[in-house]
Amino acid sequence: MPFQPVKFYQTGTFTVGNRLLKPEDRSVQSHRDRSNAINSGHRACQGCGEALGARYALDAAMEATKSQLIAANATGCLEVFTTPYPETSWQLPWMHSLFGNAAAVATGIAAALKVKGRNEIRVIAQGGDGGTTDIGLGCLSGMFERNDDVLYICYDNEAYMNTGVQRSSATPPAARTATTMPVGPNPGNPFGQGKFVPAIAMAHEIPYVATATVADLHDLEAKVKRAMEFRGARYIHIFVPCPLGWGTASHDTIRIARLAHETGLFPIFEAEHGLQVSALPIRKQLPVEEYLKPQKRFAHLFGAKPELEVIARIQARADRNIRKYGLVKQQETP
Amino acid sequence: MRDKPFAITLDPGSSLANHTGSWRTMKPVYLDRLPPCNAGCPAGENIQGWLFHAESGDYEQAWRVLTLDNPLPAIMGRVCYHPCEDVCNRGHLDSAVGINSVERFLGDEAIRHGWKFDEPAATSGKKVLVVGAGPSGLSAAYHLARLGHRVEIHEAGPLSGGMMRFGIPKYRLPRQVLDAEVARILDFGVTLKLDTRVTNIEDSMRSGNFDAAFLAVGAHIGKRAFIPAGDAARIMDAVSVLRSMEGEERPQLGRRVVVYGGGNTALDVARTARRLGATETIIVYRRTREKMPAHNTEVEEALQEGVMIKWLSTIIHAGEHDLTIEKMVLDEKGYPQPTGEFETMAADSLVLALGQDVDLSLLQNVAGLEIKDGMVQIDGNMMTGHPGIFAGGDMVPSERTVTMGVGHGKKAARHIDAWLRHRSYVPAAKHEPVTFDMLNPWYYSDAPKIMRPVLDAIRRQSGFEEVQGGLDENNALFEARRCLSCGNCFECDNCYGVCPDNSVIKLGHGKRFQINYDYCKGCGICVAECPCGAIKMVPEDA
Repeated sequence: MPFQPVKFYQTGTFTVGNRLLKPEDRSVQSHRDRSNAINSGHRACQGCGEALGARYALDAAMEATKSQLIAANATGCLEVFTTPYPETSWQLPWMHSLFGNAAAVATGIAAALKVKGRNEIRVIAQGGDGGTTDIGLGCLSGMFERNDDVLYICYDNEAYMNTGVQRSSATPPAARTATTMPVGPNPGNPFGQGKFVPAIAMAHEIPYVATATVADLHDLEAKVKRAMEFRGARYIHIFVPCPLGWGTASHDTIRIARLAHETGLFPIFEAEHGLQVSALPIRKQLPVEEYLKPQKRFAHLFGAKPELEVIARIQARADRNIRKYGLVKQQETP
Repeated sequence: MRDKPFAITLDPGSSLANHTGSWRTMKPVYLDRLPPCNAGCPAGENIQGWLFHAESGDYEQAWRVLTLDNPLPAIMGRVCYHPCEDVCNRGHLDSAVGINSVERFLGDEAIRHGWKFDEPAATSGKKVLVVGAGPSGLSAAYHLARLGHRVEIHEAGPLSGGMMRFGIPKYRLPRQVLDAEVARILDFGVTLKLDTRVTNIEDSMRSGNFDAAFLAVGAHIGKRAFIPAGDAARIMDAVSVLRSMEGEERPQLGRRVVVYGGGNTALDVARTARRLGATETIIVYRRTREKMPAHNTEVEEALQEGVMIKWLSTIIHAGEHDLTIEKMVLDEKGYPQPTGEFETMAADSLVLALGQDVDLSLLQNVAGLEIKDGMVQIDGNMMTGHPGIFAGGDMVPSERTVTMGVGHGKKAARHIDAWLRHRSYVPAAKHEPVTFDMLNPWYYSDAPKIMRPVLDAIRRQSGFEEVQGGLDENNALFEARRCLSCGNCFECDNCYGVCPDNSVIKLGHGKRFQINYDYCKGCGICVAECPCGAIKMVPEDA
């Protein structure tokens, strides 16, 4: 094959929109009438990945459900920056609960809708990594185990950002937080098993589990829409960089998320009923240093004497993800 | 208070009350930047602009935008050495966009469909004489006609086209393409008088009541070098050889032809000799390939066709069937120096391709006109020292290519127009250039360049068929869509999508976007994620 003969739209399908595509083939975010689930005026920091990820996910869900959607929200940044009383940024029915019980509240909403026979109204529960992987895991596991008709979305920024960047069980090894200082013989967060909730969700064999980042909008929207095609418990884990907590430039939010995927540190895949069904291939594989270097939380690895051993261990994690989830497409022989 | 539910004291408010724009210290602004292709085009084409229309398959609109600057796209798409592609930012990704092939496709489409230029502006009542119907003269005539002037071209030769006909061989530019594009300019209202030699420019202007003149007679007198030669040695100059190719009688070059020189003309004549049946064609050049002024594509194609090149050599004597050659070395400044080593080379004829001089005879006694180094001197407005007489193309100091000539014609036409209207032409300020590091190439799909079909080397050694083929509709569209649209918004919606604060307003098809500064916090994500570098951050006023 000397060249690609058919469809090629200058920017492929990577940009948000594209004048050469039919409107229905463009992303939800490219439409002027997208629901803008989180309105302007919210108080998230400059370049907030979570504000972006939540709008991407909810706008797609709103389109998929024809705006018949209710959200339950755990305590965390997302709740604090959108709803300082009496203002709200939410453009859909939205309920705030405690830090740890968003899944249980959503279960209750779903049960009530079922009793009322309002099957067309769908329920989303959402929270940060603290409210999901640490405090809310019991309620979440129960929601999975009962297969309640709820889509739970976790916006993972890898620490408790709202309260001042404390470590969570989603904080990666070697990352500096307020509680894992860059001092001593083994600075930053210790290496350990951590907690990767998508794998825990898959272990429950619920209908649908997926991961996504704010760097690939088309992939994210497709997964939210796919999730809405199922009834029962579903889980999407979205990687959302935090400029304040990670020490990155506010304009680099999407770039950092892209690097997390392209280095293999954050695997993007989907699973149905406990089995992986797809993986988003890495277009151009990069070494983990590309991802670590722009972040101040990893700056202690790149001092006068770089922590080569630690970087090698992080690279090993990335390589393991690539093997485990099949993130690099095998070269097709021409 | 009474109507509210228990424990509720305030109405629900919207976060829209909170104008987060006050946090900002830097703000994003949209801008158009100058893409490198446009900056690099000697004819001043808006390449990014016409590719934009070609991408959506609107070839006629693309052709209309293209011909605002250059009336000869089918010719350009064949003979231009495309400096635009050398600087194309896509070269950093995979390979440059095939701008030249898309241009040729558009030019050929226009000929196939018979597209005509839009009607010119209101007539000015002024009359301009253009001397010479080469690329520069034709371009000037077209642009002057667009601006509403009456134009008459006086051409000394029997046919139009100048060096495009009498210098560029048919295998690079088929004559029906040249004829079609010239005819379109004449249909546009330009008068062409063939076999009309201007012997004295001032007399011609007076007798024809011309208000201004543009001289573009080119440079077509082959330079001679003194080479001691025996009585029977056959020495010709390249320009005459190429010119005679247009006549009835083919030049008699013999079986072993040596061409002396290192420019594009040397290659054209060597490739022509090969096609005329020479079994051995050797170019003798005194320096090295790196120093050779000829364009690389021409050198490559010539080598494929079996032309041989003898580097670092000068010819010091020509005999009936052989030449004496001296080997050269380059000194530290890169100039060739003789070595005293000689060799003999068999040759039936020697063609000199050592550059061309300008025929300046029509400029006798013109007051104020300055001639230096055999070329007409002009000011920044393309005007000679004589008011109302402008000049361009190969007869003024500049790179001698068709594209450069077309650019001179356009520039001169604008200054002639201003001069006739007693104004001065001030070109619009150039946009700031856009470099590769201002782009976000992640958003562009991988798409390798499509190579144009090339005629088999064997057929290229025996005939004058066109060497390079064209693209068809499908792959021309693909090639156009490889454009990165550097520095110019193409409405990909990225800024609208990636703003965490919904502070980008999408204005709708063709109207681009606007920032809502009430809410923009100045994070800069839109700038970082704009694929084509059409947004930049600027400091807020203190």
